[in-house]
Amino acid sequence: MIPASFDYVKASTVDEAVAALVKGGEDAKVLGGGQSLLPVLRLRLNAPSVLIDVSEVGEMRALTDDGDALLIGASVTTYEVMHSELVKEHAGLLSLTAGAVADPAIRHKGTFGGSVAHADPAGDLPTVAAALDCEMVIAGPNGRRTVAAKDFFVDYFTTALAADEVLVAVRVPKLGAGWSYNYQKFNRTAQAWAIVGVAAAVKSENGTITEARVALTNMGATPIRATGVEAALAGASSSDAIAAAASKAADGTSPTSDLHADSEYRKHLAAVLTRRAVEAASGI
Amino acid sequence: MTHISATVDGVHRQGEVEPRTLLVHWLRESLGQVGTTVGCDTSNCGACTVLVDGRSVKSCSVLAVQIDGKSVTTIQGLAEGEDWHPVQRAFKECHGLQCGYCTPGMVMASVDLLSENPNPTEAEIREGLEGNLCRCTGYHNIVKAVQTAAAEMGATT
Repeated sequence: MIPASFDYVKASTVDEAVAALVKGGEDAKVLGGGQSLLPVLRLRLNAPSVLIDVSEVGEMRALTDDGDALLIGASVTTYEVMHSELVKEHAGLLSLTAGAVADPAIRHKGTFGGSVAHADPAGDLPTVAAALDCEMVIAGPNGRRTVAAKDFFVDYFTTALAADEVLVAVRVPKLGAGWSYNYQKFNRTAQAWAIVGVAAAVKSENGTITEARVALTNMGATPIRATGVEAALAGASSSDAIAAAASKAADGTSPTSDLHADSEYRKHLAAVLTRRAVEAASGI
Repeated sequence: MTHISATVDGVHRQGEVEPRTLLVHWLRESLGQVGTTVGCDTSNCGACTVLVDGRSVKSCSVLAVQIDGKSVTTIQGLAEGEDWHPVQRAFKECHGLQCGYCTPGMVMASVDLLSENPNPTEAEIREGLEGNLCRCTGYHNIVKAVQTAAAEMGATT
């Protein structure tokens, strides 16, 4: 299908994008790569009055080393994130997971920031943002603010972004030495969304896990940190200990049932994939 | 209407488009480049794959206004005169198609894959083409075609 008519504004700065959002009101939408938005428009699930294209805003295209973190502009593509040497070195979990998103053609066009702002609970990259305690740099008519991942994802396809705000960049804290990571994505067909996904990063010393981050994809309305697993993994040094910790993955979650999987099966998958992700990350 | 200009298959093109015009519709309906097919229209099948600045995209999921100032290559821009691109030849020689509807996208995705990884393993080919669906072949001869093209392109460069 063809999208309903809309006006098109190509922003060249963040200020221009914000001004266009303010002018456009609630019916304005930000266009990054369009790989989530265009299917929505073509299916006429949404019909914005104006699209504000931020794909070539210089500041939003930058990927820079910011000391203890990487600053990844919201319009940096998934493909660029996947192949960036900086990301590989300091946020390997993000680089690895970017390669699990959709397919090559979609990764070439889709953006990291777009995926985060779209906040599809089945999206892979929001889970990494949660696992790595990323911070979202947001610009609006009253200036800029920074929102932690745990406060950014609010509900299904809903974030802390107001209608007149744009996500400028994601601040990705560097993992530092001693960390290893893995992402497990369960789906039935190539390029499909995750039925369940698990991102794990663990810090190990002499074969014992000292610290762990585990986040779940598609186990609720937002990415979920499996805090029970994280706590139980501290001190784990055997596959039995990892399995015991992973069995807590679905604690406190109430995942949806749909044609791909019912809620109970998702809970089962969360535990299995958490075990696999932690084992692969830790080498234990 | 929004003015756009782009290089399409080596030719400078420009025109006025409605912002909602999809790239594939601009190519087919305004420029007459009908080699690129529209398959699923939901960004799953990859039949409409073209290259934008050398990288594959699904032209049913890109707006024409998004390629302003860029270079687009469709299946019709691959051959040099009468000389087919090695990937085109390999798809013919290996019979990497049956009905042929997915072929324009499949060839473009393969060209993109080989530009990044000139000597892919079978697994890398299958992974690299995961965004392109073929409902006829079972992919066997498509994989063979990409391997054949890789060997030929490696031998000539």
